[in-house]
Amino acid sequence: MNVALAQGPTAVLAKPERGPGRLESSAYRMAQWLRSPRPYLMLIGFALFLGFWYLTVEVWKLPRFSQMPGPTAVITEWINPDPIYGLSLYSPEYYQHIWVSTRRVLIAFLLATATGVPLGLLLGWSLRFKEYVFPVFELLRPIPPLAWVPLAIIMFHGSETPIIFLTFLASFYATTLNTMLGVESIDVSFVRAAYCLGAKRRQVFWHVIVPGAMPFIFTGLQISVGVAWFSLVAGEMVSGQYGLGYLINTSYTMVQYPTMVIGMITLGIVGYVTSAAVRVLGNYLMQWRARELAMGAEA
Amino acid sequence: MQGAVGFAERAGHILLSARFWRGTLATAVFLLVWEAVARAGLVRVPAPSSALVTFNDLMRDPSFWFSWYLSTRRVFAGFLAAMLVGIPLGLGMAVSRILYGIVFPVFEVLRPIPPLAWVPAAIIFWPTQELSIMFVTFLGAFYTVVINVIDGAQTIDLRYYQAARSMGSSSWDIFRRIILPGTVPSIVVGATVGIGIAWAVVVAAEMISGGGSVGSMGGASGGGLGFFIWNSYVGGSYNQIVVGMISIGIAGYISSALLRKLGELVTPWLHEQ
Amino acid sequence: MNYEPPRGSPIADARAPALAAQGGCKGAIRIANVVKIYGSEGAGVRAVDDCTFHVPAGKITVVVGPSGCGKTTLLNAIAGFHSITSGTIHLDDALLCGPGRPKADPGPDRIVVFQNGALFPWKTIVENVAFGPIVQGRLSRKAAFEKARMMLAETGLHNLETNYPGEISSGMRRRVEIARALMNDPKVLLLDEPYRALDSLTKSVMHEALLETFDRNRVTIFFITHDLEEAIFLGHHVVIMTTRPCRPKKILTVDIPHPRDYSVLTAKRFREYLDETVEAVHEEALKAFAAGERER
Repeated sequence: MNVALAQGPTAVLAKPERGPGRLESSAYRMAQWLRSPRPYLMLIGFALFLGFWYLTVEVWKLPRFSQMPGPTAVITEWINPDPIYGLSLYSPEYYQHIWVSTRRVLIAFLLATATGVPLGLLLGWSLRFKEYVFPVFELLRPIPPLAWVPLAIIMFHGSETPIIFLTFLASFYATTLNTMLGVESIDVSFVRAAYCLGAKRRQVFWHVIVPGAMPFIFTGLQISVGVAWFSLVAGEMVSGQYGLGYLINTSYTMVQYPTMVIGMITLGIVGYVTSAAVRVLGNYLMQWRARELAMGAEA
Repeated sequence: MQGAVGFAERAGHILLSARFWRGTLATAVFLLVWEAVARAGLVRVPAPSSALVTFNDLMRDPSFWFSWYLSTRRVFAGFLAAMLVGIPLGLGMAVSRILYGIVFPVFEVLRPIPPLAWVPAAIIFWPTQELSIMFVTFLGAFYTVVINVIDGAQTIDLRYYQAARSMGSSSWDIFRRIILPGTVPSIVVGATVGIGIAWAVVVAAEMISGGGSVGSMGGASGGGLGFFIWNSYVGGSYNQIVVGMISIGIAGYISSALLRKLGELVTPWLHEQ
Repeated sequence: MNYEPPRGSPIADARAPALAAQGGCKGAIRIANVVKIYGSEGAGVRAVDDCTFHVPAGKITVVVGPSGCGKTTLLNAIAGFHSITSGTIHLDDALLCGPGRPKADPGPDRIVVFQNGALFPWKTIVENVAFGPIVQGRLSRKAAFEKARMMLAETGLHNLETNYPGEISSGMRRRVEIARALMNDPKVLLLDEPYRALDSLTKSVMHEALLETFDRNRVTIFFITHDLEEAIFLGHHVVIMTTRPCRPKKILTVDIPHPRDYSVLTAKRFREYLDETVEAVHEEALKAFAAGERER
């Protein structure tokens, strides 16, 4: 792009590799990892876990354990094209449960982000606003979102809105609080520097407050996704027509225990994927931070 | 003596501050709006005044306080079990690379499964409903405690180890005099967060195992504040729902405050003037 | 103790007519009888007490005092971050703060370079440097970037344009920060111990770079430090402060011609200045130390 840049003396500092360089380095890292004891310890860990599960439930049939579904029962059911209890990787219903739950979390998460981030920014930015609003916020916060279940059912019509409301509530607290902390964590020097350079209040907000709070906001969003799944399950178990929480609950009452475990594992996977997605998005939006960390974060 | 004077002085300061009055004003406005909205029937929620009346009635009802007792007992049982298992496990993982390599991946795989998804499995596994609710409560606090212990031990300044080594400490000394106290602050943080989660979980677990859309699970109801709320819902006494919710809020708040105070007692070096 | 600035000395007499216009330089600061009390009147802590001195335009004035003596309070008052309790501060002939106007407005005529640096970590180097003219609406985005690139090239930093501050060394960051300030053609640069966190080797490089920048721009520099050697090496004038409350104890005019380079450090004159002042500084350091001990 810039000729002067290209012809200038070689950069004093190596830039983080991009493109093929990054690929090579990840291959290198993979090789390093394989040479370390970590993958083998990990295998031992999973082998112990699965072995314990298998032996106690399916081989020794210990009391209490024998009522649980064993790993082979769960796996054969999961990959069975013709599942005994009617649900496996091959049944469209499975994906419908996943989709319904994901959709609820997504709606609640987006709503919580759209309301929690601006509210948190305001709370952190204006002391006056915080003095008025924060006490009310703190008054409501100790009530766990899950205690809202019956009230949510009374307040909202249908079965969809109460569940989304519950999911939203948990996410909202996490997002708002972390955003507020994010603003409060910004070094006052940055704000002062911006004023010094002639920025108006509004410009300070957009150029300093918002980007400065970004790392905390994304931490908040990751927590927010986690707690969204957390309360979603409760909501779906108590009232719901579809969704993974509902699936777990009904397969329990209908004594389809392998399906219940499939539901739990799926919930874990989907939950993990969504929070990983938020992390990736955060790293993408905060190049400066990713690169800073790659440099080993010199003071 | 001095404490009392300090307290009176502090109370005076708070009463005089604009901040206190702004907060009070906002809270009052919030309650008034809620009252108005409820009375006008805009949203189907009980008004705070009628909830207050119900609360007054319930105060004299021993079964209401028994719900408090049951939930508190479950929370503390689950929470203490989480501390008893979580702290040694976390410390073990922090000290031994091998243990960490074996256990942590499994731990990370199980962690994304929300504790409440375990409710049915817990009911199947544990002989009594009491134990299964405690187990789910335990899970809720457990992950947070373990993560915080590992984190705390890993962020201890390397120089402390070097200093201890250069003064001739044994591995046991280092563990007892550096790792253990160095981890205490994050154990306190983990415990405070953990008990909050435990309260959230216990409520839901009581609701799910006591009520639920599919009828009752596990037969006899277990009681507790979560069940109290659910039962009030089923019985149509909506005022009681609000009272139950507020009770849980208060109980959770008191438990966290107690733990924070306890935490200050065990980490005096973090709170010097 | 009761140091009286010699009458008629240009630097000590705030009431002397502004010397600003000399040589077309702007940015003379007159500090007169400034008092700053933190907390409530009466019970508060007196950080600055009846402080009077003059920062001549187009010169480097270095303020030396032990850590926590209140010199940063003074800088914050000039910059417009803090109010003052009484007294006046003028920039050229305009009143920055004084009776009826306790706090100055921060603005691009007085730019601060902070102790720990305040480059925005979320903006690239060139975005940081171009920030001032863009937010002031003085230059278009394109023109501002153009100027920023030139500015960086002048300082020999042009190959860092697309880096983020977190990717470059702290010495580099300080130079970028000064370039960011100079982009706005400020009247005064206010430097608050900017090299405190640097090792002494980097520091010496930074000093020469700062002097070079000064020779090019002739901007008034108000520099705060606790390092006496740094003060004498850089300053036309060195103001030694008493520790809390902060007030000038001794004012020194360093008669070593600019441009200076590091050979000055070994010059006899330099050593003489150092000998002359080290006693005064050490005395205040001891007082500050004792006060610090009591605070615990």
